[in-house]
Amino acid sequence: MSHTATAPEATTEHALRAFLHGLPGVDEVGARARAQDLSTRSIKTTAKAAAIDLAISMVDLTTLEGADTPGKVRSLCAKAALPDPADRSVPKVGAVCVYPDMVATAVEALRGTGVGVASVATAFPAGRAPLEVKLADTRRAVADGAGEIDMVIDRGAFLSGDLLKVHEEIVAVKEACGAAHLKVILETGELVTYDNVRRASHLAMRAGGDFIKTSTGKVSPAATLPVTLVMLEAVRDHHATTGRRVGVKPAGGIRTTKDALRNLVLVNEIAGPEWLTPDLFRIGASSLLNDLLMQRTRLSTGTYPGPDYYTQD
Amino acid sequence: MIFEYAPAPESRSVVSLRETYDLFVDGEFTPASSGEYLTSLNPADEEKLAQVAVAGEADVDRAVAAARRAQETVWGRMSGAERGKYLFRIARIIQERSRELAVLETLDNGKPIKETRDVDLPLVAAHFFYYAGWADKLAHAGFGPDPRPLGVAAQVIPWNFPLLMLAWKIAPALATGNTVVLKPAETTPLTALVFAEICQEADLPPGVVNILTGAGETGRALVEHPGTDKVAFTGSTEVGRRIARAVAGTDKRLTLELGGKGANIVYDDAAIDQAVEGVVTGIFFNQGHVCCAGSRLLVQESIAAEFLPRLRARIEKLRLGDPLDKNTDIGAINSAAQLERVRALTDTADEEGVERWSPACDLPERGYWFAPTVLTGVGQSHRVAREEIFGPVLSVLTFRTPEEAVAKANNTAYGLSAGVWTEKGSRMLWTAERLRAGVIWSNTFNKFDPTSPFGGYKESGYGREGGRHGLEAYLG
Repeated sequence: MSHTATAPEATTEHALRAFLHGLPGVDEVGARARAQDLSTRSIKTTAKAAAIDLAISMVDLTTLEGADTPGKVRSLCAKAALPDPADRSVPKVGAVCVYPDMVATAVEALRGTGVGVASVATAFPAGRAPLEVKLADTRRAVADGAGEIDMVIDRGAFLSGDLLKVHEEIVAVKEACGAAHLKVILETGELVTYDNVRRASHLAMRAGGDFIKTSTGKVSPAATLPVTLVMLEAVRDHHATTGRRVGVKPAGGIRTTKDALRNLVLVNEIAGPEWLTPDLFRIGASSLLNDLLMQRTRLSTGTYPGPDYYTQD
Repeated sequence: MIFEYAPAPESRSVVSLRETYDLFVDGEFTPASSGEYLTSLNPADEEKLAQVAVAGEADVDRAVAAARRAQETVWGRMSGAERGKYLFRIARIIQERSRELAVLETLDNGKPIKETRDVDLPLVAAHFFYYAGWADKLAHAGFGPDPRPLGVAAQVIPWNFPLLMLAWKIAPALATGNTVVLKPAETTPLTALVFAEICQEADLPPGVVNILTGAGETGRALVEHPGTDKVAFTGSTEVGRRIARAVAGTDKRLTLELGGKGANIVYDDAAIDQAVEGVVTGIFFNQGHVCCAGSRLLVQESIAAEFLPRLRARIEKLRLGDPLDKNTDIGAINSAAQLERVRALTDTADEEGVERWSPACDLPERGYWFAPTVLTGVGQSHRVAREEIFGPVLSVLTFRTPEEAVAKANNTAYGLSAGVWTEKGSRMLWTAERLRAGVIWSNTFNKFDPTSPFGGYKESGYGREGGRHGLEAYLG
């Protein structure tokens, strides 16, 4: 099958198209059925406790609102470093994810905590800006100290068939990132088909993305289980042919512990246990963290504390 | 991190087993005339579950007489709408007791709780609901303005889907105004006996459903009994042949649903991940104890080198073990005898030089277990390509052209099922038109629905069950 072919040296429109359209199709009914089947896995007791801690360490605690203020970002950062002030055994989250103008505030607030700062960039969420604006956006976020950049792809270009434009933009943003890690947001809710999700995943990986991410959180549907499943298959296949492990980040709509555990089961059984680390799997979320903390307390104490026992940030 | 799923066993407490079960005749549980009992085991750990009465000829006489009386005095005269009400009531009670029935089915059969809970029981209830709906519409089913029931049906069912096969047999028979005497399999009688309790709970008139437990001799007495009008059998081709001989020369109607050696054809343009999944479902669903299992994989030679490693990687993820654990994918082989048959037939592959592979997996010490097995380098002439193994053993063959795929798929004594995997619609239709199989799945496998007729070509039997077609077998 053509997707086992190694990438040619120079990427041309023709080569890119031949590669992406040579990927095997995704049968929609079958992909949904597989995701549904895996979502019936029953994660209990010790497995649940371990998975909740892992999920907490994978959360990209996110605030991406027009109404964000430095105060709100600082309070989110405090929570990221110490999610449950009543229980210091709770791990810290993977990163805090903010808009570029909040990066400096977040970096300052998180100094010395070991929690990373991720910034969306490239005219998030629509991505409708000239390339030089996107690159300037990226460079500024990196200059302010963001260790991770969450870029959006040009979905218009992708859907109109201009695959090379999408590719070149990712390559350019990756270069602008320097040492910062690049997460490529596919916005799967706008790509619609699983075939498109698979192609966009491989396109982003070929262009140098360190992570592929489902959604901005601004478009519905966001991270559905079948979409995450298709992306996990893509990173598994990319590793099999290139030896490079790319991470996956579902974002948007993951609100409960049950949702998070279902995602971890997918990671475990589709990509494999090697991906069960914050280096290769993140969950973009805001309200999820409190539910994880609540379930964690219930497991260790046997009782449900009320929501007022967890900080609302 | 290694993500070990902690044990997640479904509770057994929903099931209250009696020590002994008697025969269900004429609406009541009554002892067998012989006084003999057999023991039903849990195949996962060989624990004794219950003693079950063994019916003899005198009991068959009694049950057939009760069924005749009920058919002539009550059930056959009842309006379709009234019969439908009973069937709807049974369907609802099955739904209400589905957790109990699922756990009991898993205990008695060895199949994973995830299958009994998510497949068997929903289909059982759906089957009763579906045929309940037909009961008052038989004049519009296409079998004439006033189709009549046949009378008394003798029904013998297998152990692979005990309660589902009961539903396939009893629901259409009752909907059409027949009464039944049903013999569940020797190794899996328990859910049929709970079904008898459900008939009582639904106030079904006595004699409409009679359940006779026992082994081969009981089955023989039932199908050979002169007092029935219809014999319906699901099971092995070997026993099916004996039944056909026994029924030949009588005026009984006969339907047989027998073995299979289904082909799963994977073309080079298939959606690979879903095709791998479909091949796994095709052969490992219910430990391969499925007459329509996709026990032969026909993969296009040009992708075989990529497909097989993916298939093996997927099989390595299967979780074999305690059938009551909600995360178990592969349960126990149903009986010691079946395990021996699976072993013996699979061993012929070694003698014939076929390459054999199984994932590293620990088999439980007690109970009947067989690891998922893939045989590669299989030729059409090997026994494992021709004979039904009825276990978790996949024979892999390759083909180069669509013509060759069809020729190999059809080159079998059976003709029950086939699967075709391609993203190209025209190739799908071309292939499906040429396959000689009762069910052909397009980019899926082992999907069942009460509205869909099911049955075979050639040695897979005759007659159809399910759907509108399934009514015909019970109407004169």
